[in-house]
Amino acid sequence: MSDCRIQLTINGQQTSVEAPPMKRLLDVLREDLDLTGTKEGCGEGECGSCSVRMNGELVNSCMVPILQAHGAHIETVESLAIDAELHPLQKAFLECGGAQCGICTPGMLMAATHLIAHNPNPSLEQIREGLAGNLCRCTGFIKIFDSVITAAAMEGSRTHAR
Amino acid sequence: MTDDSTNPAQRRVVGTPQIRKEGAEKVLGRAKYVDDIEFPGMWHGATVRSTIPRGRILAIHFDESVPWHEFVIVTAADIPGNNHIQMIAADQPCLADGAVNHCDEPILLIAHPDKRLLPQAVASVRIDYEELPAVLSIEESESKREIIWGADTSTPNVFKEFVLQKGNVDEAWSSAACIVEGEYSTGAQEHLYIENNGMIADYSDDGGITVWGSLQCPFYVHKSLMAVFNLPEDKVRVIQTETGGAFGGKEDYPSIIASHAALLALKARRPIKMIYDRMEDLAATTKRHPSRTRHRTAVDKDGKLLAMEIEIATDGGAYSTLSSTVLSRATLHATGPYVCPNIRIRSRAWATNTVPYGAFRGFGAPQTIFAIERHMEHIALAVGMDPVELRRRNFLHDGDTTATQQIMREPVILDQLLDRALAVSDFYAKRERYARENATNPVKCGIGIAAFYHGSGFTGSGERRLNSLAGVDVTLQGKVRVLVSSTEFGQGTNTILAQIAAEALGISYDDVEMAPSDTHLIPNSGPTVASRTSMVVGHLIQRSGRQLIQTLKEAANLSDNYTRHDFFAACELLRARDGEVKSLSRYEAPPNIYWNDDTYTGEAYPAFAWAVYVAEVAVDTITYSAEVIDFHTVQEVGTVLNPTLAAGQIEGGVAQGIGYALYEKVQLKNGHMFNNQMTNYIMPTAQDVPPIHVYFEQIPFAYGAFGAKGIGELPHDGPAPAILNAIQNATGESFSAIPLLPEDIFLRFASYGLDPENITA
Ligand code: FES
Ligand code: FES
Repeated sequence: MSDCRIQLTINGQQTSVEAPPMKRLLDVLREDLDLTGTKEGCGEGECGSCSVRMNGELVNSCMVPILQAHGAHIETVESLAIDAELHPLQKAFLECGGAQCGICTPGMLMAATHLIAHNPNPSLEQIREGLAGNLCRCTGFIKIFDSVITAAAMEGSRTHAR
Repeated sequence: MTDDSTNPAQRRVVGTPQIRKEGAEKVLGRAKYVDDIEFPGMWHGATVRSTIPRGRILAIHFDESVPWHEFVIVTAADIPGNNHIQMIAADQPCLADGAVNHCDEPILLIAHPDKRLLPQAVASVRIDYEELPAVLSIEESESKREIIWGADTSTPNVFKEFVLQKGNVDEAWSSAACIVEGEYSTGAQEHLYIENNGMIADYSDDGGITVWGSLQCPFYVHKSLMAVFNLPEDKVRVIQTETGGAFGGKEDYPSIIASHAALLALKARRPIKMIYDRMEDLAATTKRHPSRTRHRTAVDKDGKLLAMEIEIATDGGAYSTLSSTVLSRATLHATGPYVCPNIRIRSRAWATNTVPYGAFRGFGAPQTIFAIERHMEHIALAVGMDPVELRRRNFLHDGDTTATQQIMREPVILDQLLDRALAVSDFYAKRERYARENATNPVKCGIGIAAFYHGSGFTGSGERRLNSLAGVDVTLQGKVRVLVSSTEFGQGTNTILAQIAAEALGISYDDVEMAPSDTHLIPNSGPTVASRTSMVVGHLIQRSGRQLIQTLKEAANLSDNYTRHDFFAACELLRARDGEVKSLSRYEAPPNIYWNDDTYTGEAYPAFAWAVYVAEVAVDTITYSAEVIDFHTVQEVGTVLNPTLAAGQIEGGVAQGIGYALYEKVQLKNGHMFNNQMTNYIMPTAQDVPPIHVYFEQIPFAYGAFGAKGIGELPHDGPAPAILNAIQNATGESFSAIPLLPEDIFLRFASYGLDPENITA
């Protein structure tokens, strides 16, 4: 199949890429746009390490053909910090030990951002549910839960989560 | 400034929750894992693998529909040096040459500029085999109907055997009030690091081979590449990239994938990237050794252990790899933390035609600790005693001797750990309440316990053989760098070693960084395994720091009450004199360490970490699912260097242990893992983990960094037996094999023809 031209907005910036229509959004981000913060853990929609937000929804970018992202707004982990200022979730993950090997962290942060955007003060149960699609093999999740609770309590997390 | 006090009140950096050194890069998504790295002109590599478990290769056909001239193809004939992966023995080929001994064994390698063309090309290579009968289980290997390894040895099919004796077991049976027998088995377990194995290699005539990749042990890969390419030390360079989880799964396997990528790079004369996808990683790389342990135990009427006879068998897979050392640790943990005058342990690692099993957190200990801690439950039942009380009566204490005749010289506080675990979990009150409520509830709850130790560092004379070297230097930019080959893969190496250096040098944590993990720049401080980094390597950093301060005092007049400014000024004076500011230390064994490899007696480990874990479960007798609802851990690991990281190690290890017990099943057909997808190999998710409560007791160990002992592997040892003990408490049913899935629970209930509604604890 020949390449198609796709217009999309990535982290607030309009871009266009030429790619095979079935190329995964994950690969376009990593290979065409050099946004390697988004990771591949399984390629089958199970681990969530490729999580990004697309038009305000949380998606596994390994399951999205780029054709489907035409005209979409995409947010990746690279969008979280503003200039040198870490997002409250990033601060909390650092302080609480929510990142160990760090490979699940970008996806986990996007899932947590999505959760907090919809529910600024999630209960532990809601956090468990909100992160159920994101696997972490290092932390046993406990410090990730702590991180999300801490971030939610931090001032500004509400306004910062876009 | 004191630099080596074990008195916590005098410490500034050690023992505090410093932020992870590389943490900011990780949360920003900027940390570079191997797949995030691109080189100009780089091609991609892939592997053609065996589809049968055992046979001879007769012919290899390349389907003509593929434009093969665009590809680079490597076979065993292209290997310039030895066609083997250098591990303890040299029996595993780098590429199969004429014969295959397990499914998914690498046979040939291909590379192409477009990685999307590789899967089709791999599928277009057809291999004709003459199939031979395969050995697919421990029992088949034991039967010796087929000899698949060591035909010329006195123990064919056996990679390694240990016999360990203490006292006289045979004379003890007659005086026993009770003899209890049991058989326990554990399955394979996949590491499931979220970053798959991957490596980039490049070759030049001047520089030789350089590899960048996801790995635990740079010098293991280094040694292996030297052998495969027949190159001298300085012509092989190994650089670790940010590593997305390892758990032992990147201890030995990276030597294979690095060799493969480098062979392609040598032939293609360009950089080659090889990244496994999840299916290939699951099918082709190492797992935890499956095991079978048999116990026969004599006890007196008061529940005191009189004699233990233990027979251990592990499945090592097709090549010996690390099976002998895994078996050693399994053997040395088989009696649990108990004292017994008469012990005989016989253990063997068996060859089968499956993918070689390898290192995984705990390294044999979780297997045999599962067995002994289930067996203690059975003994308690047989003698009619509370299983908690039975354990307490048999605990090791200071001055007791272990199975290897090691005298416990350091304080052993198992009683204290047990008391605290019982208290924080409210053990007895809960046990009573669950028993009461279970009578009328289809969901049966229960509580169970496990007590255990984990030996820190290499076994026996291992640390002396490693002869590790580590240290610190000071850069022109005014940073102290930690020089080690110990790697970071999530467990916190960077952070704790920087804390130790800062503490020892009397400077701040921010003044310390890690030297790049590059074999051209760092000394060999040994592999990052065996819970040895905090205790052994950390201690070398502490000594190096102390040594540097001493030198600065002598050579640069550093005063006793120096400031940060004084320190760096003195360093520059030293640099003017010596040309560099560097301090290295070599391993020295603690005094009184004696080990005999032939009789397997002496100090098995310089120190032990100790723990008591309590699991609570809910078993649904309608859906047959078992769920862990609460989990308490109490442990003594020496000094806790960083409380956040230490608790993170325990929580992560417990979650993996829960998976080991209740979720994770490697399903093999002909020795090939056929559930090799995350959809079908299930690990605990955010919704499956219970609250995990972590408590530390701290008894500083004089020969560890600021008193630290090992911590990383300990938490994987206890969950599985604690959980199955809790299930026994909940249902009255005793299960002896893991993983224990709902279908296993169902089968047990169905086999009794019982209505689950009628089952009470
Ligand atoms: S890589 Fe997309 S869900 Fe795992
Ligand atoms: S931090 Fe390693 S997988 Fe989550």
